[in-house]
Amino acid sequence: MRNGGTTKIRLNGERAWRAAPRFRVFVMLAPALVVIGGLFVGGLVLALAQSLGYFPAGGENAFTFRHYQALLFDEEFLQSLLLTFVLASVATIISAGLGLALALALREVAGRHRFVGVLLQIPLAMPHLVVGVILINFIAPSGFIARLAFAVGIISLPADFPLLTNDAYGFGIISAYVIKETPFIALMTLAVLLRTGQEYELAARTLGANRRQRLRYVTLPLVAPAVVSSALLVLAFIFGAFEIPFLLGRTYPAMLSVVAQRRFTSVNLSERPDALAVAVCLALVATLLVYVYMRLARVLIGTTKPTMFT
Amino acid sequence: MIALGGLTATPLLFLIVSSFARQWFFPAIAPREFSSRAWEYVASDSAGILSALWTSVVIALVVTSLAILIALPAARALALHEFKGKRVMTFLLLLPVIAPPLAATMGMHNLFLRYGLTDSLTGVVLVHLVPCVPYATLMLASSFANFDTDTEAQARTLGANFFNIWRYVTLPAIAPGLGVAASFAFLISWSQYLTTVFIGGGQVLTLPLILVGFQRSGDEAVTAALSLIFLLPTLIVFLFIARFIKHDYQIDL
Repeated sequence: MRNGGTTKIRLNGERAWRAAPRFRVFVMLAPALVVIGGLFVGGLVLALAQSLGYFPAGGENAFTFRHYQALLFDEEFLQSLLLTFVLASVATIISAGLGLALALALREVAGRHRFVGVLLQIPLAMPHLVVGVILINFIAPSGFIARLAFAVGIISLPADFPLLTNDAYGFGIISAYVIKETPFIALMTLAVLLRTGQEYELAARTLGANRRQRLRYVTLPLVAPAVVSSALLVLAFIFGAFEIPFLLGRTYPAMLSVVAQRRFTSVNLSERPDALAVAVCLALVATLLVYVYMRLARVLIGTTKPTMFT
Repeated sequence: MIALGGLTATPLLFLIVSSFARQWFFPAIAPREFSSRAWEYVASDSAGILSALWTSVVIALVVTSLAILIALPAARALALHEFKGKRVMTFLLLLPVIAPPLAATMGMHNLFLRYGLTDSLTGVVLVHLVPCVPYATLMLASSFANFDTDTEAQARTLGANFFNIWRYVTLPAIAPGLGVAASFAFLISWSQYLTTVFIGGGQVLTLPLILVGFQRSGDEAVTAALSLIFLLPTLIVFLFIARFIKHDYQIDL
């Protein structure tokens, strides 16, 4: 209340409201806390409880680590874990490299034309399911690229075309994520480049640095935090994402999210705690990665701008 | 530029052609015959696609409205107030956006079972709020961060009440951010697959569920048509964003 003269137009309730900022902040946050604390964290806690033996519907009601112990000897889980780790890392590294290259290539144009940013956001906002469907149409053995290969005489049968979807090397999964995440990393990098890049490079140039030196000693160190932190978010996301491996992955070994989903929806209820143990492991890894991201990026509100993932 | 545009336009063109194709088998590069069978099927009452589309729209609209109502005060508190546990709050907001929904959704399934919320629209709306609220909050927080609260104080001095201050001062100031937050909340709800399957139990049929069904059954024309419908809101949102980005260009998200 800066001006005593306005007091009379205030209600008593409003005065109390202004007087207790802490209470006010709490009330403002309360609805969001109910959703995140109640539903999300509550869901995680219940998932953890179930994976630790609290599962009355399945006839279990005693604390146990056995579902986690079982994972250590679970061939499917171990293979899936390795596959998930490798595919997520490879897809992230390729996306980071391409995203950085794209940002450097586009910086001039992006500074002049506004819609570069908009164009880059289109693949970001495309639902993963649609990206998967389109990719299958292109790279499946009878897909569009195979037809082009036939037309120019490289192959004579769909079977001659390499298996790129539901394949052993996860080519389809990696491609889908590279398509989705490269623009994301490029955008995060471009944001830094356009905000601060020019001046430092100009300074280096005046001091006689050549193109290569400017890139190595000015530009790359400048964008490295943006590239690394966005790559961490991408890694955390790919590690637990479901739709792409569901459409483009192999049945065995499948990525962890698919294994968890399959066990959860199995008619055999006793598989549920196992499904939850897998899901909890996934959540832990993702949480850890987000935490590292926050430490690394020293996230401040106003600069944290998540982007379209789901 | 042209390369980028081409890369986004080609898949769209491909889907359009594919949705009108008839007997488009290997090795034909272009379909031999065209037909509107897929689109007629999509539009027929018996296929149930229209009702799934309707369900998707209703869920996404309800989720968007609720998410914005919940996110507005939270975003303001985050951006304009200092309080204990702010970093924890930011972390909690970031988590559902990035972390896999699997574990939390499985736990929620257990919770919802007790209250009869599984296999229901209400349950699906609630589970969609989990990624949408944090998303909207973080986006709105960045709008509020650039908002000068002194303008509100000025309006108050001039005798405006709480409602009028929001209506004529605060909302117009954050309108662009609000528009983006709302459209992205809509898109997130619109593209939810796994959470809808888990909580809706196959009883709540939305567009992504139908799309996966047709993809699995191998009907390429209908899958392409459904993919196009599925993409429509994304394209609309981008036309909208492209329009207002002209006034206040920022390359960030």
